[in-house]
Order: sequence, then structure tokens, then C-alpha cells
Amino acid sequence: MSNNKDSMLFNITPFLFGGLFLLGLVAPFMAYPVLVMKILCFGLFACAFNLLLGFAGLLSFGHAAFLGTAGYICGIMVRDVGVTPEVGILAGTLAAGALGWVFGVLAIRRTGIYFAMITLALSQMVYFLVLQWKVTGGEDGLQGVPRGHLFGIVDLSNTLSMYYLVFAVFCLGFFIIHRTVNSPFGQILKAIRENEPRAISLGYDVAKFKLMAFVISASLAGMAGATKTLVFQLASLTDVHWHMSGEVVLMTLLGGLGTILGPLVGAGTIVALQSELADTVGSWVTVIMGVIFVLCVLLFRRGIVGEIQALVKRAGIH
Amino acid sequence: MSEIFGIPTALLGSQLLVGLINGSFYAILSLGLAIIFGLLNIINFAHGAQYMMGAFVAWIGLTKFGINYWVSLLLAPILVGAVGVVLERTLLSRLYKLDHLYGLLLTFGLALIIEGVFRDQYGISGLSYDVPDALAGGVNLGFMFMPIYRGWVVVAALAVCFGTWFMIERTKLGAYLRAGTENPQIVQALGINVPLLITFTYGYGVALAAFAGVLAAPVFQVNPLMGSNLIIVVFAVVVIGGMGSILGSIVTGIGLGLIEGLTKVFYPEGSSVVVFVIMVIVLLVRPAGLFGKA
Repeated sequence: MSNNKDSMLFNITPFLFGGLFLLGLVAPFMAYPVLVMKILCFGLFACAFNLLLGFAGLLSFGHAAFLGTAGYICGIMVRDVGVTPEVGILAGTLAAGALGWVFGVLAIRRTGIYFAMITLALSQMVYFLVLQWKVTGGEDGLQGVPRGHLFGIVDLSNTLSMYYLVFAVFCLGFFIIHRTVNSPFGQILKAIRENEPRAISLGYDVAKFKLMAFVISASLAGMAGATKTLVFQLASLTDVHWHMSGEVVLMTLLGGLGTILGPLVGAGTIVALQSELADTVGSWVTVIMGVIFVLCVLLFRRGIVGEIQALVKRAGIH
Repeated sequence: MSEIFGIPTALLGSQLLVGLINGSFYAILSLGLAIIFGLLNIINFAHGAQYMMGAFVAWIGLTKFGINYWVSLLLAPILVGAVGVVLERTLLSRLYKLDHLYGLLLTFGLALIIEGVFRDQYGISGLSYDVPDALAGGVNLGFMFMPIYRGWVVVAALAVCFGTWFMIERTKLGAYLRAGTENPQIVQALGINVPLLITFTYGYGVALAAFAGVLAAPVFQVNPLMGSNLIIVVFAVVVIGGMGSILGSIVTGIGLGLIEGLTKVFYPEGSSVVVFVIMVIVLLVRPAGLFGKA
């Protein structure tokens, strides 16, 4: 019975991904490109977060630190050091990965609720450092980051060129996450999520696997942050603030925890909602985000994609 | 002027007093978090927002209805605690069978809602709340000048903390509570109304936060965001101290406040991160926390 369901889902997956890929290619001609770029950046951010919470069961409440740090590093490298954009993105990604290693080593010493509190506290420390450090521009953030020329050739100030770079970065990140989840490593992560003592008794070095997952997740969150800095030519305190850490939890939860596409759907919904609401309701945006949060937790824990999957499964049986 | 380590004693004294006051707030708030966590297994992310609500109840009471400070000190914890009871009954109680992380996420959402509503109503600039007449002025201690209100904050906070400790460790209600923390099923089987106990505990934890908010109103400005940054520091305090011991929470809170005050004197740039740095050191040396069970 369960084989039947799985095989049916398996069959539609390539078509779904192919369709989405085509949609991604034509999206800048159908919608406002900057909005689509924003959705892709946050989508990658949420997918990276989901790798940790959805597949390894680790709730990090400090992922803004990786998004923000990578954004600042990329901005400083491109604006002040003068490297090309791809080097900036790479530098940001590596910096976020290194920071992720530090966070991971500390936070993995505790589990559950403490894990969340430790990551939150560490990211708040990063926030204060960014706020006080001269290089990062304090309250003003890092403004006027040039998009530059990709590999020194392609001018990214052209919106379409920028869009396809963002799309390529997203696809790369998404592919890495997809491969990770469906690898033996991903299976071990799921085993740890489902039953940690059992995974330990089977001889897995659980701490090492958790740390690896944390570093991969942090690096990819950083990749999203660095790319986002190039898109908006700006790195700001908003990106390192704990509100951002909460927002990525919300995106993932709304889209569907532990589903491959859920975080992207969640990010798209939240980003679109925010840009729609910003003009009409102003400061009520936070309240609305809070209400969505509460509703998701109480009534809608599977998220949008999770609910659709459940429907498809049910339809498959009858 | 007298000096210690090249620092004027008056400066040292006043920063230590500020540290002691912050420490008192850390102590009350981490105590509230600890007792809620003990019975509900939920980290109450809305704690900071509830602290802010306490301060606002006092401010609204004084400016709109002429309710004085002393009445607010009693009224705000009751009102905000009642809101907490309603939230627990209607929302939190639906989550007890699920992963504890959902409780954190739900209270995070609640914090966003509460903060957002107050920010819409009152903006983000601070509102001032006057020190009550009976506690205005200050005394000269010889080496420093101490505003009486600040001394009162420390005394009142410590009194509430030790009162709570006494209630939990030395009364029958406290015994039920401790037993419920150990094993709620057995306690329920012995004929004690555990759901009621849980509701009461959440309400009490929230009331503690609101009490701290009223105490804070005359010291800091009343501001919708006053709780959110504080609560993250309190999380670090909780990680450092561990949530296993009531006295441990109090000692850790006060101690960290004092260390923060000293850092302001000797290395001002580091004062906003010193608690987090200590958290890192504690995690490396003693991962379970200073008073935590391994």
C-alpha cells in the first residue's frame, strides 16, 4: 500500500521540478523581477533552514546570523575590497559556514529547547557585534554595494542578468539540499530526528552528523544572504535581527516542514504578503505575521505543501 | 575623590547598582521561565512581551485612570496573569501532546502579536513613568549617591524571588508543583487537578513578568520593544544557570547583572555581549549549566 503511494509521488516529482524550472526561467517576464529574486533568496534561505529543522529535527532560532553575516561579508568584499560578485558570494558562503561551525559546536552540546535558546543568544551576539563594528556601518548598514560584473564580464546592473544569476544560485543550493536529503547522510539525519538514542546505539557519531548538517545549512543560508546583498545592493541590520530568524521559521512552517518544496512556497507566500501588506496596513504586518504563526502551530502544522501531499496520498488510495 | 583600580568609587558603585537592578530583572524573569518550563515543558517566548505589558498597564493606569504606582504593582500582575491564564486555557493547552518546540513557536507568534499591537498604538519612542513620591529622591552613602527607587527595585525583586522560592519549596501547593514537575501522571492519579495546577503555574509565571515590568517602568522608559531584547539575554541567563534550581536562577540572574555592570565600567563596548560570552564559556566547560542536572 505504502509502496503504491510512494511510487505515485515519485512519478510526478520530475515533472513538477521540470515545470518549476521552466517557470523559474520565464518568471522575470511575468512578474516584477526584483520580487521574484527576493522570493528565490528567501526560498533558498528557508530551504537551508528546513534541512536542519525538517530533516534533522534541530530548531535553530539564530539563522539570521548566517544570512546577515554572509550578506555583510559579501558586501564588504565587493564594495571595499573590489572582488567580482561570484567571489563575494563564495566568501559570504564560506564565512557563514565557518560561523555555522562555531554555532554548531556550541549548540549541539544541548538538545531541544536549549538548542533553540543557544542559537538565538549566539545570533544576538552577532547582531551586537555587527551593530558596534565600524566596518559594518552600524545602524546604517552597508549601503551602495555595486553589483559588479560576473567573472568580470557580465554586467549585473542589468536586471535580467542579475535575475539569472540568482536563479542559478538558487538551483545550485536547491540541488545540494535535494542531494543531501536523499543521500545516506540524509537518511542518518532522519534517523537521528526520529530516535536519537537508537541512532547512537547503532553506532552513528550523532554529534558529528548534526554538526555537518548545521554547517551545510548555515553555508547555504549564507549563500542566500550574500546573493540577496547583491540584489538589493545593501546589507542591513534587519538581516541579522532575531525577527529574521523567526521569519524563516514561519516561512518553513507555513510552506510545510520537512517537505522539499514547502520552504520555497512558504517564502513566496510570506514575501508576497509582506510586499502586498506593507503599503496598506503598515505596522500591522508584524501582528499579521504573528497571527499566521499561531494559526500554523495550532491548526496547520503540515503546512501548505504538507497538506497537498496528504491530499494527493489520500486520492491515490481511493 | 576615592578610587579603586583607577576607577572612581562613585562610578563603580553606580554601575554596580545598575548591574544589580538588571540582575534583579534577570532573576525574576528567568525564575518565571523556569517554573513555567518545569511544569509545562514550554519555553515562554512571550515572557518579554508580558513584561512589557506589565509596564504598560502601570503607565496606562497612571495616565488614563490615575491609578497610582502601588496599586499598579498589584493590579498589573493580576491583569496580565489573567491574560496568561486565558492564553494557556485556549491555546497552549492544545499543544501539550506535541513536540515542545511547538510551544516555543506558538509563544513566539503571540509575542509578535502583542508587540505589534502595542507598537501600533504607542509607537516606538519611550514613554516616561515618574518615580512614586514616596520613593523619590536619594541618599548619600558616602561613596556614592543612591536614588531610593533603585534600592527599592532590588529589595522588592529579591523579596518576590525568595517568596516564590518559599512557596515552591516550603508549602503544600509548592509540593504539588514539584511533584507535578517530576511526574504529572502519578500526581493526577493521586487526585490532584494537574490541568488546574498547570494553568495556575503559567498564570503565576506571567504575573512575575508583569511585576518586573511595573518595577522597570520608572527605571527604563516604557516602550513596546523593552521586553524583546531583554528576553534574549534572559534566555542566555537560563542556559548559563540551567532551569533545574529556583535558587540557582536567582543567583545566576543577580550574578550576571553584576558582571554586566562591572563590564560597563572596565570595557563599555563589551557590556552588551558579556552575558553571551559567559554563556559560550559555560557551554564549553559545563554544558548542563551551572545549576543544571547533567
